[in-house]
Amino acid sequence: MPNHVIDPNQWIDRYSDYLYNYTISRVNDSNIAQDLVQDTFFAGLKSMKNFKGEASERTWLISILKRKIIDYYRKINSNKGKAEVRINYSDSESEGDWLEERVADPFDKTAEDTMQNTELGDAIYNCLEKLPPKQAEVFKMKTILGYETEVICNELNITASNLWVIIHRARTAMADCLKENWF
Amino acid sequence: MSKFKFKIKCDEANHVCDKTQYEDASLWEKIILSLHLIYCRACRKYSKNNATLTETIAKSEIVCLEKSCKDAMKKDLDKAIREVSN
Ligand SMILES: [Zn+2]
Repeated sequence: MPNHVIDPNQWIDRYSDYLYNYTISRVNDSNIAQDLVQDTFFAGLKSMKNFKGEASERTWLISILKRKIIDYYRKINSNKGKAEVRINYSDSESEGDWLEERVADPFDKTAEDTMQNTELGDAIYNCLEKLPPKQAEVFKMKTILGYETEVICNELNITASNLWVIIHRARTAMADCLKENWF
Repeated sequence: MSKFKFKIKCDEANHVCDKTQYEDASLWEKIILSLHLIYCRACRKYSKNNATLTETIAKSEIVCLEKSCKDAMKKDLDKAIREVSN
């Protein structure tokens, strides 16, 4: 079975949005989320030799990101959180578990809707990853970021008719992919 | 598109349909698309799927990084990659 390969040059294009969604639903602050995503890529780069190719690149990056989020909570809980941890668990090993649980289940306070929406978000991102990178980029800028056509054309140096051809291909592929996996 | 053309071809109809997903279509374009959809089953199907896609994405509440943020990240990561490979 072929192993997964690692290519940091593609990370931002391929995974930054997915990692950002993963983070923002857990930390609720866009600046902190951006920093955590950025830190994850740097940490990934430093520990590339540990990548065994058993999991996909994205799964591997998510595992690093999880640690980053745990560290973040550990930092903000270092004072007020400690008492809480001691009540629930006695030894320091379990402190990690408590934090793991908190990160693994950040939806405890929210309705079922959030959970469903997260699955839907996953389905959408899985489909987006199957698009050619350029198509995915244009589609996301237009559909999710809601940029004006003119702005995208200027940023990416394409014509409006190019943009609409790309959007049409992306929408057709996305609808087909989600039909198989979601609708 | 001429102002007095009532009949459009399917690829043009689909293009207008794409534009309506972003509220980029004019009233006139929307009218001739509706006319086309009355007699064209294939485009009706495309329009339906296209609208479902729009709703689904809106419902998901997924977010993306701003282009400027991504560009800045890329610049920093590229620099780090060069340092690692040296
Ligand atoms: Zn048609």
